[in-house]
Parts: sequence; C-alpha cells; structure tokens
Amino acid sequence: MIDWINSASRRLPPWLFYMVAPLPVAWFLYLGFTGGLGVEPIRALEHKLGELGLQILLLVLAITPLRRYAGLNLLRFRRALGLLAFFYITLHLLVWLALDVQILAQIWADIVKRPYITVGMLGFALMIPLALTSNNLSVRRLGKRWRKLHMLTYPAVLLGALHFVLLAKGFQIEPLLYLGAAVLLLALRLKKRSFGRLGTAGRARG
Amino acid sequence: ALAGLAGRGRAEGEGALTPNSWEEITSYNNYYEFGTDKEDPKAYAGALTIKPWTVTIDGMVDRPGDYALEDILSKMTIEERIYRFRCVEAWSMVVPWNGFELADLLELAGVQSGARYVAFETLYRPEEMRGTAYPVLDWPYVEGLRLDEAMNPLTLLATGIYGKDIPNQNGAPLRLVVPWKYGFKSIKSIVRVTLTDKEPPTSWNKANPREYGFYSNVNPEVDHPRWSQATERPIGGGFFAKRQPTLMFNGYEEEVAALYDGMDLSKNF
Repeated sequence: MIDWINSASRRLPPWLFYMVAPLPVAWFLYLGFTGGLGVEPIRALEHKLGELGLQILLLVLAITPLRRYAGLNLLRFRRALGLLAFFYITLHLLVWLALDVQILAQIWADIVKRPYITVGMLGFALMIPLALTSNNLSVRRLGKRWRKLHMLTYPAVLLGALHFVLLAKGFQIEPLLYLGAAVLLLALRLKKRSFGRLGTAGRARG
Repeated sequence: ALAGLAGRGRAEGEGALTPNSWEEITSYNNYYEFGTDKEDPKAYAGALTIKPWTVTIDGMVDRPGDYALEDILSKMTIEERIYRFRCVEAWSMVVPWNGFELADLLELAGVQSGARYVAFETLYRPEEMRGTAYPVLDWPYVEGLRLDEAMNPLTLLATGIYGKDIPNQNGAPLRLVVPWKYGFKSIKSIVRVTLTDKEPPTSWNKANPREYGFYSNVNPEVDHPRWSQATERPIGGGFFAKRQPTLMFNGYEEEVAALYDGMDLSKNF
C-alpha cells in the first residue's frame, strides 16, 4: 500500500496543487452567495479558510514523521503544500480585514490588544519569509541557513493552533485536538534529536 | 391563545425595526446543549421532547410547585414583541417574539418580600442533548436576574416567533428574553425558576468570570476581553453586511438605564 502510494505520488506533479488550490475558495464563494454558508457567510468563510490553512500546515508537519515512521514519502509535495497553506491563511486574514472588522482604526487596536489576534498575526508574519524563500534560487543561495530559517514553520503552526484555542468560547475539544496534533508532530522531531540519528531516513531536504 | 399579535412592544422606536427572516432566526443559533456550531441546534434540537413540559417554581414564593406549562399559558395573554437581539459575539438580529411578561409568571407564584434575585435553569437531558456529552459548560445551564430586572416590563418569557410555536433550537417551549442584555442571558428551555435573596450563579460567569459578568448588559463602551463590543454585524446582509454601531443597553436605555443608577458598569459588566 505504502509502496503503491509512493510510486503513484512520483507520477503526480506538485504543480497540480497550484491548479487545485483556488478551487475550494471558488466553491466557498459560490456557497456563500447562494446561501450554502448559512445566514452569516462572512464568519463562515473566515473560519473555513483558517481551518483549511491550519489543516494543511499540520499535513506539512506530518510529512517528515510519515516518512520516517511509515516509509511514506510525500516530500516532493511539501513546498506546494506549504505555499497552499500560506495562500489560504492570507485569504483568511484578508476576509477578516475587509469583510469582518471593516474598520481600519479597529484593526490595529485588535492586533495589539487581543491575544488571539496578536498570536494569529505573529504566526502569519512568521510565514511570510518562508513563502518568500520557497523558490529554488533562495534554497541555493541560503544553503544551510535555509533549513534553519524554515524551522520557523514550527512556531508558526503552534501559533496557528493556539490562535484557534484562544478564540473558542467555553471548553471546546476541537481546537485542543489541533493544538495536540501540532505538539505531537513537533515532539516526534525532538525525539529524533535526543535519540541521535538511528537511520539515514531522517535527513530530509526540500 | 395568541392575542394582540399586532400589539405594540414597549421599546421606543420599535416600529422602525425590521425583523429578520424566520430562516435567519431559526438556523443561526447558540444552544451549546446541541453542539457549539451555529448550525448544530437546528440540526439536532429536533431530538428534544417538549411535551409534556413542567416548570418548577420554588424558593421565596408563596405558591411553590411544579407548574404544567399549559396551565401557566392558560392564565397568560400572549403578545408580540419585536426586539433587537445582540449576541455577545458581536452579531445581532431583530426577532418578533410571542410571549408574556416574566412579571406575570412571578405574580402567579407570589414573590415573597425578601426575594431579590430570580434564578433560572435549562433542561438537562443528555439522551436528547448530544452537546452535553462534552464539558463545554457546567451543565445544566443556569442564569439569573436581579428581581427589578426580572419585573421590568421589557423582560419576556417567549413561547413563539412570528406567531408560530418557538422552534426547539430557539429554546422551546419557554425561554427568557432580556433584550438589553447579551443573548446568553436569555436562557432557553426553562425548567426551573427560583426566587432567592442571593445573587445566583450563572453559567458563562462560572466558565470565565473575567469575560462574562452577572449583569452582561449590552454596552458598546465595555469590550469583551477578546473582542470589541462597539459595533455589531446584523445577520442577513450576506458577504457585504456592514457593521453597525452597538447601542447602549441595546437601544433600550430609556427603559432600563435607571435600574443601574450609580453603578460602575465597567466593574459590574
């Protein structure tokens, strides 16, 4: 099964992701205009985009452990997935700015005053250099520093999940599951460090 | 017993309010006993049995006891009240409720002179309320009002919307409506009303006292710690709905401001 996925994935070009990426957005907009997002489509669109971004980020974090522990190799999709997450989270932010808050003066006040927004904005800010240096040229130019820089993914995902936890009303399980998944996926990396390099599979680039 | 459907509510300028549609009012709800998503109550509240329904009235009353809802309703005159509804999450609707004044129910039970507060409790029936499987809040949901708030003529016990029976997701068969307070004060599916001399515990205050006070009056000047309360988004405007300024006491300042004379509303939030 794993082998089959691995060989099938080799035939799947990563650029397909860029073609597919806008489709959910178009679908959400269609739903929103036709009543499919309920009677409060702004909040629904904002949440769907943020949730999708976070889910893809968790998938990005899962790629290395999946390869190490399950032998599933999805490395060649990591860049495309990372950019996809950045795309959705940027739109999530734009919906918040333009459709939700609407009032310029209130936007800045919210960013500095409200912890969940501060945390979310910080997570987004950390993703900007990652998106900007996702091209081959940057990978070559930055060399070893590129790997170091892209470890910003770790705090970015944690902040994204924390952002979700902080905005929940009452004690809600779902955001905690996302945060738990992020912590678990990061902990799997810590384990590699402290137990040394047992195999050669751990070295991943891309 | 739907008398005075065209009867005027008491809020100033009420004639100018345009009610939201039935669809909007009944498909975008917070009723965490059925789930935390806005669509959950409509999807799952159908499981709730509302007949027969009994309301226990106890505490400092002359005639405590279990009151069958139909007996209560036989003594009440149902009228229509078109009220603004402002959720603490900064969205709002206008709802044409049908119901009777809470004061009339309290009169039925006979409030004793020492009573100062009214406590309310929502039904807790896990086998019909799938959301209660999770400790989102400390079930059952409880709320409370000061007696003078409870006796205010604006304070309504609602049994219907648009002249129809109130749907389960909106708090059938009997819910409170306190239009100058955030929506969560308007407790749904009431099974107990208790008169007391002490400020009763309230669910959201127990869950997070820093964010939710006992009073929870709509106040554009006192922000929720996590978001501004200065503006609200009216439901029903689609993708381009404009935010509108939130009104002090949700627009009922003239009727209720006197209840809070001399109180620091940023402390008693």
